[in-house]
Amino acid sequence: MRPILMKGHERPLTFLKYNRDGDLLFSCAKDHNPTVWFADNGERLGTYRGHNGAVWCCDVSRDSMMLITGSADQTAKIWNVQTGEQLFSFNFGSPARAVDLSVGDKLAVITTDPFMDLPSAIHVKSIATDPEDQTGDSVLVLKGPQGRINRAVWGPLNKTIISAGEDAVVRIWDSETGKMLKESEKETGHKKTITSLSKSADGSHFLTGSLDKSAKLWDIRTLTLIKTYVTERPVNAVTMSPLLDHVVLGGGQDASAVTTTDHRAGKFEAKFYDKILQEEIGGVKGHFGPINALAFNPDGKSFSSGGEDGYVRLHHFDPDYFNIKI
Amino acid sequence: MADVMVMKEIEATAANLGIDLDKLDLDSIRLPPGEDFSIVSDDEDIYQGDNLELNTGFGNVIIVDNLPVVTREKFGKLETVVRKIYSQIGMIKEDGLWMPVEYDPESKSEKTLGYCFIEFNTPLEAELAKEKTNGYKLDKAHIFAVNMFDDFDRFMKVPDEWAPPEFKPYTPGENLQQWLTDEKARDQFVIRAGSDTEVLWNDARHLKPEPVYKRAFWTESFVQWSPLGTYLATVHRQGAAVWGGASTFNRLMRYAHPQVKLIDFSPGEKYLVTYSSHEPSNPRDANRVVINIFDVRTGKVMRDFKGSADDFAIGGTGGVTGVSWPVFRWAGGKEDKYFARIGKNIISVYETETFSLIDKKSLKVENVVDFSWSPTDPILALFVPELGDHPARVSLMQIPSKDELRQKNLFSVSDCKMYWQSNGDYLAVKVDRYTKTKKSTYTGFELFRIRERDIPIEVFELENKNDKIIAFAWEPKGHRFAVIHGDNPRPDISFYSMRSANNTEKVKKLTTLKGKQANALFWSPTGRFIILAGLKGFNGQLEFYNVDELETMATAEHFMATDIEWDPTGRYVATAVTSVHEMENGFNIWSFNGKLLYRILKDHFFQYLWRPRPPSFLSPEKEEEIAKNLKKYSKKYEAEDQDVSMLLSEQDREKRKMLKDEWEKWVNEWKHLHEVEKLEREKLRDGEASDEEEEYEAKEVEVEEILDVSEEVLSFED
Repeated sequence: MRPILMKGHERPLTFLKYNRDGDLLFSCAKDHNPTVWFADNGERLGTYRGHNGAVWCCDVSRDSMMLITGSADQTAKIWNVQTGEQLFSFNFGSPARAVDLSVGDKLAVITTDPFMDLPSAIHVKSIATDPEDQTGDSVLVLKGPQGRINRAVWGPLNKTIISAGEDAVVRIWDSETGKMLKESEKETGHKKTITSLSKSADGSHFLTGSLDKSAKLWDIRTLTLIKTYVTERPVNAVTMSPLLDHVVLGGGQDASAVTTTDHRAGKFEAKFYDKILQEEIGGVKGHFGPINALAFNPDGKSFSSGGEDGYVRLHHFDPDYFNIKI
Repeated sequence: MADVMVMKEIEATAANLGIDLDKLDLDSIRLPPGEDFSIVSDDEDIYQGDNLELNTGFGNVIIVDNLPVVTREKFGKLETVVRKIYSQIGMIKEDGLWMPVEYDPESKSEKTLGYCFIEFNTPLEAELAKEKTNGYKLDKAHIFAVNMFDDFDRFMKVPDEWAPPEFKPYTPGENLQQWLTDEKARDQFVIRAGSDTEVLWNDARHLKPEPVYKRAFWTESFVQWSPLGTYLATVHRQGAAVWGGASTFNRLMRYAHPQVKLIDFSPGEKYLVTYSSHEPSNPRDANRVVINIFDVRTGKVMRDFKGSADDFAIGGTGGVTGVSWPVFRWAGGKEDKYFARIGKNIISVYETETFSLIDKKSLKVENVVDFSWSPTDPILALFVPELGDHPARVSLMQIPSKDELRQKNLFSVSDCKMYWQSNGDYLAVKVDRYTKTKKSTYTGFELFRIRERDIPIEVFELENKNDKIIAFAWEPKGHRFAVIHGDNPRPDISFYSMRSANNTEKVKKLTTLKGKQANALFWSPTGRFIILAGLKGFNGQLEFYNVDELETMATAEHFMATDIEWDPTGRYVATAVTSVHEMENGFNIWSFNGKLLYRILKDHFFQYLWRPRPPSFLSPEKEEEIAKNLKKYSKKYEAEDQDVSMLLSEQDREKRKMLKDEWEKWVNEWKHLHEVEKLEREKLRDGEASDEEEEYEAKEVEVEEILDVSEEVLSFED
């Protein structure tokens, strides 16, 4: 498996997202320009210019026409995927961290960091079909969790919102009333900051990765803990294969401690685990910094990883991969 | 006992603080180490009883008895004399010397009573003064009797009549060696990680450890097995303790020694040596060192040594400061008969019958800097470096006769190290010599054959004698040794045998392995196999080597490994990454031939120690017989192994099946719900029907396009 190295960002990667067809890959980084690539050969198509801070997260509409990005410049912006034109900008009083479009692309959930006196919050915005009609009004604002909310995603049928962040708790909120419905228990839940959250292809379950060196698989409706994957390094990024029963964890030691150790000590590997047996089945090395972002192509035949080192590595699986037996 | 709260009080406090006691899980409360919130642990009750210092405030006062009785005129003179003696030892407090007087009707004047009180600045000085001057001869008639003021009450309470000690009924002890009778012949080990200390079986067949005993805050600094594995010693602020027992770990004995830092067992585990070092009251002085030797079974102090750290520092002209542990080195063998320590120009050898010096005097060896005991016999090897015209010398001395068995003079020596073979058959002395220019050194070996007549010595040098020696190790119980040598980053490793085919008493080279990433040697305790390890800079490279066949069995890596320990039987090896590294903490268990059996990760991993086994009771002949008929014996075990592995794979299969089934259930439920929500989802997508992602198909379509047509006439030639 020879990876394609995609060097387009000048700063650490933060997030990766494939469109539904799996032909485009969107990448976000701490430089200010989200970038779109051909998911097949890694060719760069273009960048979205307009943010004035690190871009933390993005999501793309089902028809691949619209991109939404959240940035530390205290805005979330909507872009025309094709032209790179900025369609709208939501302005907040604090950095935007996570964005996610609902089923039907009519709603977006955006989280903002605690900043100055503002606590962290989850905003629900409605997205107009015609960008001309777009307004910045929030449909709903949720507050409560302490610290950053690193990820927030829509639950089944947009009825719930699932959030996770620095306080290590996974919460399910009612997206209509804003009431908290469930939260993960202290004993079974994560012990440290949850850094990443990734939904399964059908949206029935999701995976969370945490600095407590583990990843956990949850049922999206009942918040039942189904599996735990234990690794040796803090987990920064997680993803699940849509094709096989595999989960991928990426991470590595804290970026601040990286320079003090051998690159092997950091274990900047994307680790593959059997989703059901919770056993490690392999690893993909290559980054020379922690892995911050992981994404599976919706066809399950390739995946990409983004690192603190500023590279996106695009891996097309060898035929052997599809015959792994353990 | 310190403030024991009444339950009512506790309830009241809890109510005040709004705590519901019923909901409180008391077991979940852990006090931080070293802090007891004045809650008396029921565990430490006996310590409390034994060692509770009666702080009467007179700890720094001593009573000096047997002073001359003098009259008024001579008061001043006597006081000056006494003051002179005691001010050498410590600071006497202002008005700290008081000599009571009484009126004597006979001489019609006041006279002293023959004793005085001296108050020092610190209790430490008082204690020192007591030690140093008890028995001091002022003159023939006046021999000082010095006691601590605090002890006086106790002495006064001694009943005048002797009462026979209470007869204690005999209680049979536990079988402390029960672990050796394990049916599966497994070995135990102890690990310390975080605040927990845990003893486990190495269940290599099941590829996992099996817990035996676990305890949080079991020790305050480290744990240590006794040399034969009977006891596990823990170290606390109040002293050391040993643990053991048939099925679990009970405390068998405690050894009070405040602030004990280091401990050491005698090889036959009859005695325990404990060491502590205390800050002096006067910062210019050296630390005060206290060493106690306990009888392990009775807990009695057999002998104590006190003094300044300088007295216990290894002597020699270099003036190495600090105490090198163990201060007392024990002669080999299970009898624990002799122990010795080195001082300035002397070696003091003690015997354990009376705990006094052999022949009541130390051995005078001018300028001696190092010594070591044979691991099996009462033979001392001494090293004396060059001094003036005298050459450097290595000599072997028999104890207790103090006869010199053999000696060898060496020239232009810079340093010397002694390596005994485990049976005491051979002694290798590594000698670093200066080259002619004195600018660099090169290394050679002097090999002593202890068991042969007259102890022949062979000078042995590597082929390239300028090679730096990185490591040297004897094969345990064997006749071979291994040396890592070379200057380049990938040194060579050579194996030699002390036996040669025609008994010519010459060292024979077996092989040299070129360019290995190794800097440490770990022989199996039964010999034959060795691990060539690259620790530290080499990041934990391991090569499992068979010296009989001269072949590599396996190479592996335990990344960042810091420690390697063979189990006492030589069947398994543990490699560990201890908390010197931040990452990767934990240990791996390998089979002797380099197969990784299992791997356990533990944060803050401090110690890994196999429980030692006492030597086998089988005679060498019997052992040989077993080795010969190994096939016959091993059949039974192989069958057992197979059964276990069958069982394991069966269990594994079952577990996997269970997990798969469980997962299937989830997936089916999700599929069902997905189906149920299908319509609603479509509605959310404005009726877009293509719900599932996999509903499109990539088709390869071949399209032919005619770009250009041209006609050309070709002529054919027949």
